[in-house]
Amino acid sequence: MTTPENLVYDRPESFTDTPTHYCPGCTHGVAHRLVAEVLEEMGVTNRTIGVAPVGCAVFAYNYFDTDFVEAPHGRAPAMATGVKRVLPDRVVFTYQGDGDLASIGMGEIVHAAARGENITVIFINNANFGMTGGQMAPTTLPGMKTTSSPNGRDVESQGYPIRMAEMLATLDGVGYCVRRSLHDPKNIRLAKKSIRMAFETQVRGLGFSMVELLSTCPTNWGMTPVQSLKFVEEHMVPAFPLGDYKISDAIKQVKI
Amino acid sequence: MTRELWKGNEAIAEAAVRAGLQAYFGYPITPQTEILEYLSRRMPELGRAFVQAESELGAINMVYGAACTGARVMSSSSSPGVSLMMEGLSYIAGTEVPAVLVNVMRGGPGLGNIAPSQADYNQAVHGGGHGDYPRIVLAPASVQEAIDLMGLSFDLAEKYRMIAMVILDGSVGQMMEPAEMPEMKPIVDRKFEWATNGAIDRERRILSSIYIDPPAEEVANLRLGARWQVVQANEVRYKEYFLDDAEIVVVGFGTAGRVALSAVRAARAQGIKVGLLRPITVSPFPYQIIDQLAGRAKAFLVAEMNMGQMLSDVRLAVRGRVPVEFHGRPGGMVPFPDEILREIQRVNSTPLSMTVDPVDGWLARMADVK
Repeated sequence: MTTPENLVYDRPESFTDTPTHYCPGCTHGVAHRLVAEVLEEMGVTNRTIGVAPVGCAVFAYNYFDTDFVEAPHGRAPAMATGVKRVLPDRVVFTYQGDGDLASIGMGEIVHAAARGENITVIFINNANFGMTGGQMAPTTLPGMKTTSSPNGRDVESQGYPIRMAEMLATLDGVGYCVRRSLHDPKNIRLAKKSIRMAFETQVRGLGFSMVELLSTCPTNWGMTPVQSLKFVEEHMVPAFPLGDYKISDAIKQVKI
Repeated sequence: MTRELWKGNEAIAEAAVRAGLQAYFGYPITPQTEILEYLSRRMPELGRAFVQAESELGAINMVYGAACTGARVMSSSSSPGVSLMMEGLSYIAGTEVPAVLVNVMRGGPGLGNIAPSQADYNQAVHGGGHGDYPRIVLAPASVQEAIDLMGLSFDLAEKYRMIAMVILDGSVGQMMEPAEMPEMKPIVDRKFEWATNGAIDRERRILSSIYIDPPAEEVANLRLGARWQVVQANEVRYKEYFLDDAEIVVVGFGTAGRVALSAVRAARAQGIKVGLLRPITVSPFPYQIIDQLAGRAKAFLVAEMNMGQMLSDVRLAVRGRVPVEFHGRPGGMVPFPDEILREIQRVNSTPLSMTVDPVDGWLARMADVK
């Protein structure tokens, strides 16, 4: 195949040629691409080790052209700790959904952050357990219908959503912790910049870094892709405000 | 090297360091905490990785991550903590990466107590995590043997890409004995062709326990099974005492085996032809030697600090040819040599039933004791 002279957009080299298994309109693909672009731009692909979660991104290792390991449900931050502690000069990241990170893996994520592990966490918040078919997650919005909250999440009996970025930002071990969204091109560009800063935090040894990404789940939400992007903008952003929850002074000075 | 006075748990920790341990991840629980404490100062002074994890779940998954890089890595815990690690063990087994786990067993079930026990035999040898997977299990009976088995456990784990567990009861972990440490071995980069340590100048690698396609998972299960056959053929270890002319064979592992040896010696002094078989690998289990002994002995006596767990494996090897009797002390109790001696005398002098279940018979005798 000849490369056109006016090529402005191509598959990042940090990606494999494998087509993803994600549903049409799901923003996992966008998040994957942003991570791949950042790894390539930083020139760290060949020394990166990814940790895949249990959830829709369970096959993430098929798409990134880096070494990969596959963690039990919720345990990716612990596995990443094990990898990073014996290979401190490698780049280690986890890619986790909200069931994985905010429910069963709450202990692992909080303590990895508290220890200031030099790992980067890409956290996909789409307000439900995607892979198992759309059950209520800790991030499900009040009143939101899921297969395990068929009448809508009743906060009286099922509690309230957990805001992970705000929570982890309270910990001293955290160097970089922000929330972004993938619902339009402007926010996608901001998300990419934050993913870059998160990895820059890691390679500088400035502590734990996490980018929470508000994402869509058209299949389980029962919406078209366009409707789900609107849902993120109109309902998720108000519940999970976008923002910089912690950026350490050292990383604030980094210009890229 | 000279013999020094070593506490079991600290000896295990130092033996692991000398075997080239690169990373340790653990969580406090009695009666194994001294392993964690010892390594919390020893590993950093050597520039090696040490993390006190947030839980046993965290610890075993840190082990899993480090094992994927090809590093020599271990954790240690005690019974309730090891239960929490079973998820991780299954993943480690399914991913075929080597790791060492020490279980300093205590009385159970549940929170139980902190006294010596062997009640996790079945969990270690037959069960634990989900799915079909073999694992090597070593059972030391003294501080020296624990030291010697630590180095072996890493070698076996790496040779067979398999979990190697070292199970000992709390008394071996807590007691002090004279023992000799091996020389310090240098850390070696074993350059495993499967390790995920960064795709620098090579194709990328993936380590996972997923085989979403059932035929592929079946192939993986069969591969583990074939590897286990090689382990069974080559790695069975046990110790024999006075077995040459023994008519009664006592079988016991770890501390129960050690206590039984005192009883066997006392019985020999009384002219009873009794010997002891002490399995060192309880997995792979020494079926073959028990099968041979069953061809010439008139009875077996299994002694354990549990409700009769290894007993099932002994009976499997004996295959009903001669009576197999049982004496156990569960719940954190350690048998005295006298009680095992009385059992040897009973087996020697009483007609034994082939039809009464050995556990039923033992429970009836225990009722008399209480």
